Amino acid sequence: MIEKTVAELSAALGSGDISSVELTQIFLDRIATHNAELNAFITVCDEAALKQAQAADAARANGDSDALLGIPMAHKDIFCTQGVTTTCGSRMLQNFVSPYDATVVERFNAAGTVTLGKTNMDEFAMGSSNETSFFGPVRNPWDTARVPGGSSGGSAAAVSAGLCAMATGTDTGGSIRQPAAFCGITGFKPSYGRVSRWGMIAFASSLDQAGPLCKSAEDASLMLNVMAGLDEKDSTSIDRTTEDYTATLGDSLQGLKIGIPKQHFAESLSADVEQGIRDALSEYERLGATLREIDLPNNHLSVSAYYVVAPAEASANLSRYDGVRYGYRCEDPVDLEDMYKRSRSEGFGDEVKRRIMVGTYALSAGFYDAYYRKAQKIRRLIKNDFNAAFEEVDIIIGPTSPHTAFELGAKSDPVAMYLEDIYTIAVNLAGLPAISVPAGMVNGLPIGMHMVGNDFAEAKVLNVAHQFQQQTDWHRQRPAAFTEEG
Amino acid sequence: MEWETVIGLEVHVQLSTRSKLFSGSATKFGAEPNTQANVYDLALPGTLPVLNKEALKMAIKFGVAIGAEIGKRSVFDRKNYFYPDLPKGYQISQLDFPIVGKGSLAVTLDDGSEKVIGVTRAHMEEDAGKSLHKDYQGMSGIDLNRAGTPLLEIVSEPDILSAREAVAYLKKLHSIIRYLDISDAIMAQGSMRCDANVSIRAKGETELSTRTEIKNINSFRFVEKAINHEVQRQKDVIEDGGRIVQETRLYDADKDETRSMRSKEVANDYRYFPEPDLLPIVIDDAYIADIRSQLPELPDAKIARFCDEYGLSEYDAGVLASTREMADYFEAVATASGDAKLAANWVTGELQGLLNKHSWEVADSPIQADRLATLIARIKDDTISGKIAKTVFETMLDDSSDVDAIIESKGLKQVTDNSAIEKIVDDVIASNPDQVLQYKDGKVQLIGYLVGQAMKLSQGKANPGQVNALLKEKMQ
Repeated sequence: MIEKTVAELSAALGSGDISSVELTQIFLDRIATHNAELNAFITVCDEAALKQAQAADAARANGDSDALLGIPMAHKDIFCTQGVTTTCGSRMLQNFVSPYDATVVERFNAAGTVTLGKTNMDEFAMGSSNETSFFGPVRNPWDTARVPGGSSGGSAAAVSAGLCAMATGTDTGGSIRQPAAFCGITGFKPSYGRVSRWGMIAFASSLDQAGPLCKSAEDASLMLNVMAGLDEKDSTSIDRTTEDYTATLGDSLQGLKIGIPKQHFAESLSADVEQGIRDALSEYERLGATLREIDLPNNHLSVSAYYVVAPAEASANLSRYDGVRYGYRCEDPVDLEDMYKRSRSEGFGDEVKRRIMVGTYALSAGFYDAYYRKAQKIRRLIKNDFNAAFEEVDIIIGPTSPHTAFELGAKSDPVAMYLEDIYTIAVNLAGLPAISVPAGMVNGLPIGMHMVGNDFAEAKVLNVAHQFQQQTDWHRQRPAAFTEEG
Repeated sequence: MEWETVIGLEVHVQLSTRSKLFSGSATKFGAEPNTQANVYDLALPGTLPVLNKEALKMAIKFGVAIGAEIGKRSVFDRKNYFYPDLPKGYQISQLDFPIVGKGSLAVTLDDGSEKVIGVTRAHMEEDAGKSLHKDYQGMSGIDLNRAGTPLLEIVSEPDILSAREAVAYLKKLHSIIRYLDISDAIMAQGSMRCDANVSIRAKGETELSTRTEIKNINSFRFVEKAINHEVQRQKDVIEDGGRIVQETRLYDADKDETRSMRSKEVANDYRYFPEPDLLPIVIDDAYIADIRSQLPELPDAKIARFCDEYGLSEYDAGVLASTREMADYFEAVATASGDAKLAANWVTGELQGLLNKHSWEVADSPIQADRLATLIARIKDDTISGKIAKTVFETMLDDSSDVDAIIESKGLKQVTDNSAIEKIVDDVIASNPDQVLQYKDGKVQLIGYLVGQAMKLSQGKANPGQVNALLKEKMQ
């Protein structure tokens, strides 16, 4: 059962092959057996999950047949969940029990899914390896000496190892796609504004977007059907009718024009990964697509621009963690300033503090024009590059990451870590939808293929990914140590 | 040396929306601490702002009323600083693209002349909560009921040249805001707050010199006192060879002085940047036109109309138009009584006196417009004299019965019966022979004395016109 996709589990639940309670118990047992090794979950909701499963089974008995009814899932611990600890991977929120549900959580609850627990993540989503979590690093199920990627590393590892059927994640610069690539699963970042940010703890407000981590593009469509849509509680959510994202999955790719950005096949790309992606692209040619090289001339500026905009927004977003109303407060403060300084110094980890400082600096009087304003200009240039590209092509395809999962501790230099997201970051700056799907293996580690669509072209991206998965079985590969028997 | 004062005012007005600027919490004044603060107001993780459209509409209303440019594309910014009653660690405000741009306000000065004072801008922002420093065993309490209440910050040009002008500007602003019904604008409750930027320079100088900002001024009277005090302080400093330091000073009404609060020379860097959680507000011309068409008649227009339509003096019209409620009351009395001048006299006289005495608003008056109108009608139709009417007015304060019933039951009806008046007149002539003789010798002004005697004898009820005529006739 744990190897099945959501679509398959949905069918099994629908036909009565298994109940949601049984399925939930299987996953809870998997978590009990494997979480100590992977550290994918921060919180497990055994009792509540079984109650939700019972409710789902009862609803099904009453004729309810929602696609995700009774499917056991996990939420990244960045989503507020009512009555459940919501830590955001930080000591600052170690004891924070949210009094409300994020819109994403509310929508999954309404669809009848079962919440198994909350997954580990880089602290406040700041990291690309899951090593910045206050709750310790997550291990990659393909090789536990390696990182799962980040920041949604717990969700990616949990899906990959079969500790849940699907999971939510968030992506600010690649935080869904890069861990999906490292863990050999499908991870989708929708267009900015497509999914409500209400209740999703903010890292960089103009870049953050929630999305699915799962086993296939079809599963991602089913999840996006639940997640997407206008939310009046989020002023940046988009008022656009959302389609049934599964409806166009089967569309032919005959005549599809695929853009290959030359900047994504540059020197930093490992030869093995490049070969994997080139092979995958040949598959598309067999499906009737044509390939053409495109130019994204400002792509090399994206990491720099991102590391001004994101920390700047974060520096303000994280000001609310001051020890006054909730969250971590230092012992015996002597006065207000002492309380602020020690609560924040002790409550935040190094990477979070580094970014708060960088962001504060970038916004400071005298530096604003040189950093923040310039970064916003670059952002527009990057967006213009994509607009020009989409005049020529329907979709842009390249590698998700320059290489496969690296070993824990391998990237101790922050800047080296920042360069992890070199192919994914521009997409957040431009607000576009993008997916990572498994597209090969190198030395027993999965390769991720990155596909970027035009504004709000979620359905097209999912269609293109799904057609690949109809021809290949990379997305069916599971880490040997975590198979059903494992 | 002769000095010139330069003043600019920053006025914060709490917009009287039912809910907060970015959340659905109520904004009522005086509720139990923290009962009007929801997950957003507490700045819980993951919460987001949603603009209150009513606040936006009120801000635009104000802009249109002062003839200002309305920002077609207006942007919110984050103003970053740490303070316990600022839950998010930043205030959402507007920096470069405020909702209201340049406008102006015409004020009447003490000498009766008119002066136009420029309004630089007005922008929306959220209010902070309150820190409570009492009764917490050495700790501070935080009340977030006020946190997020919509404010309109109205910034004047440094066009104001005296404390009196500052008060005239503030009163005009207050009047317009009340007319627009966008704020209670009660300074004592903090729903209207004024910070004054004050500097002095040698007369004839055109450059602005170093200014201080005075905060915590919570009445019109204190505005005048605080500015005058500060001007004097600055003169003293400079004349003693000192230098004015740019700083914020707090006005202490008890001691009537300002004292240094913090120096702006080591100013906070607020690190403003555009609020990414809110999209820019885009306003189209049709929306502005719609708001313009719904504007009420504003004080200046009303004063002009009162002078024109009712033949009132500019002064009386000004008093009557000082608040929308007063103006409405007056117009109701004028229309129902059929005598606008008498109505104006009564409203600015007896009624205003009554309100002042009890510190009442028009709405608190125990005498409603229709009753005052009836009273005035009875003066007009000679049922009672003006003097008796004042007695009736006093009675009406505690007696809510019909005006005519009061006149009837107290026997205050004017005596117009000629034979009854003749008897009184005869009595007066008989008991004042000296005065009658002098009158007949040509000292005609004695008629007033004799009429007075007759009125006294009738306990005020005789019709003075009839008394006058009859006396003259009998003494021919």
